[in-house]
Parts: sequence; C-alpha cells; structure tokens
Amino acid sequence: MKRIFQSAYLFFIYLFLYIPILILVVYSFNTSRFSTNWQGFTLNWYRVLFTDGPLMEAFANSLIIALSSSTIATVLGTLGAFAFYRYRFLGRQIMYSFVYILMMSPDIVMGISLLLFFITLGLSVGAVTLLLAHVTFCLPFVMVTVYARISGFDRNIIDVAKDLGASELQMFRHVMLPMLMPGIIAGWLLSFTLSLDDVIVSFFTTGPSFEILPLKIYSMVRLGIKPEINALSAVMFLVSLFTVTIAHFIIAKENR
Amino acid sequence: MEKAPIVRLRGVTKRFDDVVAVDSLNLDIFQGEFLTLLGPSGCGKTTVLRLIAGFESLDQGEIIMNGTSLGGTPPNKRNVNTVFQSYALFPHMTIFDNIAFGLRMKQLDRSLIRKEVGEALSIVKLSGMEERKPHQLSGGQQQRVAMARAIVNKPQVLLLDEPLSALDYRLRQEMELELKRIHRKLNITFVFVTHDQEEAISMSDRIAVMNQGRIEQIGTPTQIYEEPENMFVARFVGEINIFEGRITEIFNGSATVDIHGRPFRVHNRKNFSCGQHVKVLLRPEDILVTRDEDAKPASPSLGGAIDEVIYKGKTVDLIISLDAGETIFATQFFNEDQEDVVFRQGQRIHVEWPYGWEVVL
Repeated sequence: MKRIFQSAYLFFIYLFLYIPILILVVYSFNTSRFSTNWQGFTLNWYRVLFTDGPLMEAFANSLIIALSSSTIATVLGTLGAFAFYRYRFLGRQIMYSFVYILMMSPDIVMGISLLLFFITLGLSVGAVTLLLAHVTFCLPFVMVTVYARISGFDRNIIDVAKDLGASELQMFRHVMLPMLMPGIIAGWLLSFTLSLDDVIVSFFTTGPSFEILPLKIYSMVRLGIKPEINALSAVMFLVSLFTVTIAHFIIAKENR
Repeated sequence: MEKAPIVRLRGVTKRFDDVVAVDSLNLDIFQGEFLTLLGPSGCGKTTVLRLIAGFESLDQGEIIMNGTSLGGTPPNKRNVNTVFQSYALFPHMTIFDNIAFGLRMKQLDRSLIRKEVGEALSIVKLSGMEERKPHQLSGGQQQRVAMARAIVNKPQVLLLDEPLSALDYRLRQEMELELKRIHRKLNITFVFVTHDQEEAISMSDRIAVMNQGRIEQIGTPTQIYEEPENMFVARFVGEINIFEGRITEIFNGSATVDIHGRPFRVHNRKNFSCGQHVKVLLRPEDILVTRDEDAKPASPSLGGAIDEVIYKGKTVDLIISLDAGETIFATQFFNEDQEDVVFRQGQRIHVEWPYGWEVVL
C-alpha cells in the first residue's frame, strides 16, 4: 500500500512537471490555427516551420552561438578550474567566490553591464558581442562544474605523474584531462543549453543584424502564439532531450 | 659500507612560512642500501623525501646525486621515483596503463613496454591483473601496483612515503617482507619514511631518527636500539627505563654509578667524570627480576614490588614499583624448565642487570 502511494506521489510530481510540455507537443499537431480546440491531426506546422526562412536562419544563428560559446567557455573554464586547483596564489579564495557571484547575479544586471561595456569599447552590438556575452555567462558554470570534480582528486596524482617523467603538459593531457572529462562534458552541455535559450542577456547584447531564436520567438509571441511556434518548441524539446540522454550515457560510461 | 654515496644532502634547509621543516640537514645515502627516515609526525621526514624527489624547492644547501647538484632539476627529470602513502593510482587507467605510464613518457618501444610491465607485475606478484581498474583491487594489491609503477622505471633511488600505513596489521607484516624481497632482488637504493619504529627496525640497513628537522642519530637498527646516543632516540625507539644517577668512582673503562644509594658498576664509554649526574637507560628485556623468596640479592640491586603481571605468550611483562618511588617496565622470558608464570601481583622482588647492558647518557 505504502509503495503504491509512493509511486503515485512521484507520478503526480512528474505529471505536474511535464504536462505543460506534453500539451505543447500535442497542440503542435493540431489542425486548428487559433483555437485551443482539437480539430484533427496535421504535420502542416512542421512544414511551415522548416520553410520559414528567417526563423530557420535565427535557429542556425542560435546553434552557432551556442556551440561556439559553450566550447570557448569550456576550454577557458577548464583551464581556470585547473589553475585554481594547481596553484596557490594571493587572493585565490576571494577570486573563486567571485566566480559564484557572477553565477548568481541577475541576468538583467549582466545584460546591461555588458551592453555598457561594449558601448564603452566602441563595439557595435551583433554576432561578436553576443558571443562574448554568452561566453561570459557560461564560464562560471563550467568552472564550478569542473572544479567540483577536480577538488575530489588525490593531490598526489599530479606529483605522481611528474615523478614518472611527465612534463606539465603531458600530465595535463594524459592524466588531468581524462579524469576531468565527465565534468568537462557536463559543463559544456550546461553552457550549451544556457546559451541556446537565453533571452535577457542576448536582448541587450545583439542587434537587428544578428537574430537568434529565443529573441525571435519572443518577438513573435507578442503578436499571439502561432502553431508553428508550438512545433518549434517541440523540436527544441526533442533536441535537449537527446543531448541530455547522450550526456548521461557518456558520464555514466566515464565513471564506470 | 665503503661505497660512494649516491645521494648527498648538504646543509639542506626548508621552511614553510615561519616553520623550519628541515634544518641544515646532512645525509649521505649509499648505493643499494635500505635507509629509513624514522620520526614522529611533523619531524620533517616526508619533506626530506619530497626534496629529493623534487616536489619541494630548497631554501638552503644542496642535494647532490651522482656527483652533480640537482639544483633546479624538475621531478620529471630526476632518476628517482616515489611510492606515495595514498598510492595515487590513476583511476581512469587500467593496471597495465598505470604501470606503463613512466615508460610511455620515455617513449619506449611498445613491445619493450609490454615486456617491462609484465616483469614488474611478476615482481609484485600481480600477473594477470593487467586489464583491471584500480578500484577493482584491494588495498594491498593497489599498494603493489604503486610499487610496480615506480620500479618499472628502474630508478636509482626509490622513495617510499609511509607506503604501508594504510594497510591492516597482518597485510603490513606481509608487505614488509615483500618490500625487503623486492629490495634485495632489484638492488635499488630504498629511502623509506615511517613513524613506526618496528617497521624501521625490521626492514632497514640503516635508520636515521629525525626530530624537528634534524637527524638525532643515524646507524644500523642494532645501534639505534642498543646504543641510543641521546634521550630522544632512546625514548622514541622502543620502551626504555630511565634511572637518574651520579658517578662516584672512575675505573679504567668502567665506572660506579650511585642510583638510589646503591653502587652499580657500568661501562664508561663516554669518559664521564666523578660527581657527574647521568641517566642510566635499560630496555625492559635487559632487566633481571628475581623474587626475594628465591634469592637474596648478592650484587647491588633495587628493591620493589610487582604492580601488574601481563602475560604475553612468549614473554611476561612486569610493571614494578620500586621502593624509591619509580615505576619500571621489565620483560621476562620463560625458563624452559619452568613453564608456569612464577610472578604474582604484590610479590617482593629485586631488579638488576648484567654489567654492560646499560646505556649511560
């Protein structure tokens, strides 16, 4: 009896979490254009979606920014986390807590401050500034994820590698990197998803010359929700489901 | 030992902030010996090891290996290898890859690496474990892998930082024998760090007893145990009884010491002078205990009563309260013709020791 209650309880929690997404996916197949009444099954909205040039371009832009910013942030963040672990320097503790502050600070603050910064530098907002902004807000997440893993290592591992004849670079390449890989992958995926759906920071740091998907959707829904948006959201949900599943398997395999 | 030293430490000093970890230390390490650095925690023994390995930089002095100063040579360029207390195996690599690591860094030929790793594994008796991961092995096996990973590089000096301290008692004794066997087989110089005096005594060719960054005494296990040069070594290595006394007479090579009003004859190795206050040190097993009911003391002895009788199987340990107020510790072996424990709590006894078995400081 207790077991039934426990699983029912869990079932309702998951229902609560996933029913909105389920409704969204269902409506993306609805023939009706405006009403929320079910009027029959269609794949039309998906066809409309994939033939909508500007929307597809924004999607491509989003993917480019998400892929490149998460990759840059992962490289920099991994090296940063390693530096925090490997070297003892003045202000190390304080600097590390500043990483957290950046992570916790509201997006709106980061968006406005980055915009001001770019204006001060004389940069016009567009693809480059957007990339810089995304790298900036992804970086702390990678650092924290990688550092969490690295701080669990036996410190002597580094000494052992050096003792066995490895140079600093070989030690990093053959020992640190493989051991850190699950953390690095997790950090990259986190960055990728953060970048892909960011609205607030992107709103301040890109211009009309370079449109990305979340901003595009945001401007579209101001005129009412169209069914192709439902279809688009369903596609994006599928993509994230796919990446998370892959990440799960990679990390599970690395940890084994 | 008439060989040339392979590693020489000259005036080596290392400070951590204001704490002097190693204090102008001189030490010669000879080819092929098993040298143990023994001392309490914080005495600087591990720092000496890390200095030789190159993980720490010197503040003063120099370390000379094969006649050349190691100066700023980084650890990966030194012909020494270290076995760490925590083993620090690479968790993501198989046992084979762990052991092959050093050889791969030297970019040796694949088939040669395979052969060398196989040999190292057979030396530590782990053949067949090549494809396992470290977490699939027991603590003792991980210890052996750490050994194999170091010796496969054929270092001139192998540094061992308390490698047995994480093992349980029986496994530790087994590994002590294994280490000695490996040492004999490879003819590599071993520098072994421990705080366990039994480990040090049973394994070493020489022991350097360290305290507060300095070497208090260096010598064979017998010298360290039987002839401690100072109170620190006497107290740190094994149990010891200490009597306060005063020299009353000097003879050729011997002297008389007054302890609690009784004149004891002792060896005079250190040229004591009359009237000097000295400490007479005696190991528990060097003390003779006789029951007053068996024999009246003929030679000078100290009277007392048995406080506690601790039966140890091979021996019996006695805690004795002397009439003068001290409590001493004596170990008695069983007579072959007298298998019962003859000592009882509260019995009157007298203690003495064979001439020359004492150490006078």
